[in-house]
Amino acid sequence: MASVVPLKEKKLMEVKLGELPSWILMRDFTPKGIAGAFQRGYYRYYNKYINVKKGSVAGISMVLAAYVLFNYCRSYKELKHERRRKYH
Amino acid sequence: MNENLFASFATPTMMGLPIVILIIMFPSILFPSPNRLINNRLISIQQWLVQLTSKQMMAIHNSKGQTWTLMLMSLILFIGSTNLLGLLPHSFTPTTQLSMNLGMAIPLWAGTVFMGFRHKTKAALAHFLPQGTPIFLIPMLVIIETISLFIQPVALAVRLTANITAGHLLMHLIGGATLALMSISPSTALITFIILILLTILEFAVAMIQAYVFTLLVSLYLHDNT
Repeated sequence: MASVVPLKEKKLMEVKLGELPSWILMRDFTPKGIAGAFQRGYYRYYNKYINVKKGSVAGISMVLAAYVLFNYCRSYKELKHERRRKYH
Repeated sequence: MNENLFASFATPTMMGLPIVILIIMFPSILFPSPNRLINNRLISIQQWLVQLTSKQMMAIHNSKGQTWTLMLMSLILFIGSTNLLGLLPHSFTPTTQLSMNLGMAIPLWAGTVFMGFRHKTKAALAHFLPQGTPIFLIPMLVIIETISLFIQPVALAVRLTANITAGHLLMHLIGGATLALMSISPSTALITFIILILLTILEFAVAMIQAYVFTLLVSLYLHDNT
């Protein structure tokens, strides 16, 4: 087994801190690459939490919680006027 | 307060990008496609629901009308899931926008009408005059029936928009009232809170009922014209 694995094939957890910028720059940022990243992420989540023999409500409720968080961030600008303050 | 009430109905843009497209496409993630004979629990529950609904809804149609099954089932799934997702806090409901509901109602209604005129022209024209009307009322009634035909898509769209928008608005108002009353008189705030809980239960029901009604009416128009 080679003692030095090429940078491109290492997973994120195995990349040393000094190599991090060059590792990030080496990732595939074409539209196809980005689509592939979304697809990999989707199937990772799906196969871990939903596509199991005894899936539970936690699988979808995590997705819904992330959706609520996303919408909160999206409307923070209007919501921050509704904080409880003495002087707005 | 006034501006805040209606700000949640504005089309969502993030840094100028229309992410409303993303929000409309979001419910599709929650319906994975079945691959196997025996699927995981999520897909099995959805399959069971879709079979239950499709059998109940398409039973009244003949074989020509049953070609619309896919369209009507995806319609009811879309409207139902979009309405239910809109009940989550801070979320945007696309069905509150009249533009989208008109875009759903007009093509579907027009499809049923044109299908009726193409395949059963005489019967479709005969719909304009109910049986057994006195002769001197005929011109009047034809005009009225024409108007009622053309009002069908508008009614479909406006019904859905108004129901969902009114429900969301009521929840905002009563929630705000509960908060404001808490410092003045906690018992009144408790009553208002109970009203809010009842309203939320109603909204869950309305979300699903509106989807059902929309689809049912389209299927009724289809039944008339097949």
